[in-house]
Amino acid sequence: MKIRLLTLALVAALFALPVTGPAAAADSYVIDTKGSHAFVQFRIQHLGYSWLYGRFNSFGGTFTADDDNPGNSKISVEIDTASVDSNHAERDKHLRGSDFLDVGKYPKATFVSTAVKKTGEGTGVVTGDLTLHGVTKSIDIEVKEVGRGKDPWGGYRLGLQGSTTFALKDFGITRNLGPASTHVEMILSIEGIRQ
Amino acid sequence: MAIRNTDETYGSLTVVIHWAVALVVFGLFGIGLWMVDLNYYSTWYHKAPALHKGVGILLALIMVFRFFWRWLNPTPKPEPGQQAWEIKAAEAVHRLLYVLIFTVLVSGYLISTADGKPVDVFGIFSVPAILSGLPSQEDVAGQVHLVLAVSLIGLAVFHAAAAIKHHVIDRDATLKRMLGKKKSGPSPQHSH
Repeated sequence: MKIRLLTLALVAALFALPVTGPAAAADSYVIDTKGSHAFVQFRIQHLGYSWLYGRFNSFGGTFTADDDNPGNSKISVEIDTASVDSNHAERDKHLRGSDFLDVGKYPKATFVSTAVKKTGEGTGVVTGDLTLHGVTKSIDIEVKEVGRGKDPWGGYRLGLQGSTTFALKDFGITRNLGPASTHVEMILSIEGIRQ
Repeated sequence: MAIRNTDETYGSLTVVIHWAVALVVFGLFGIGLWMVDLNYYSTWYHKAPALHKGVGILLALIMVFRFFWRWLNPTPKPEPGQQAWEIKAAEAVHRLLYVLIFTVLVSGYLISTADGKPVDVFGIFSVPAILSGLPSQEDVAGQVHLVLAVSLIGLAVFHAAAAIKHHVIDRDATLKRMLGKKKSGPSPQHSH
């Protein structure tokens, strides 16, 4: 009898372990770069004939999600500009150089949100300061939540996708790539692990 | 002029290779400096690097042959009247020229193959990547390539100035024998 009760208690305790309390007003998340479940990609036209995709392999950041008060949500990302990767060694070397990112002078690009506005169910616009190539400007990122929930390993995750487009020359990158390639689109896929 | 070197002078093959490599090295340097500043819309934007890389690989093949040719040939003795320091300096500079050419060629190759892609040589053949994916490979190799190329040109200019010094100031056969103008064998005797 005692052993059965003990077993029952143990089993109950085991089932109780994954239980997480109700979500706090503002949850903090760390972007899961360790597991590489986040991607900072870009695309730009090549001569007006095709899209050229690339990404930054090394970056990090955090965000807070406040469901009750979305305006309170925040995100902050830091990108190692030297990690640019468009699958072409000579092109990437050129991109890192003074004609484009000038990573020797500007090894980091950052985005820090200043405002978040909910626009619909799971969608919003994140306004923030992008510092790229030594220039800081306010940009808007269209954001959509992809999903959230528990993972099989004891964690809780929330994922977002976002996109924004800006002119290279707005950030001091003036290399002439032709009339079809004045703007670059950033494509973001971010998954955070709740802390 | 004999094809092979002798103890007194260089053979014709050595002479041809020497001047051909000199021309190619200076040519590649010029193209290299010019091509990296080309505008995206220049018609030479792709052609110049393709030429630079193709010729670079062919130069590497010539240098491999040259290395073996030098090994299999006598090296002409220093001209009479040379100071000990001059002889040592010449040996060091010549060795350093070989080392610099080799490292410039290898570092250039490592730029283009950093992402695993091969180097194409005029559409005739390709040299596959052997070492790729090293952190910042193309950037580090690029810096090495530029710095050593400038050093190579500097040393080559010094080497040329030294040859001219031997020719004009010392009035010895040092330059002549790399022009195939020194007669092999003992100097002509006065007739009896």
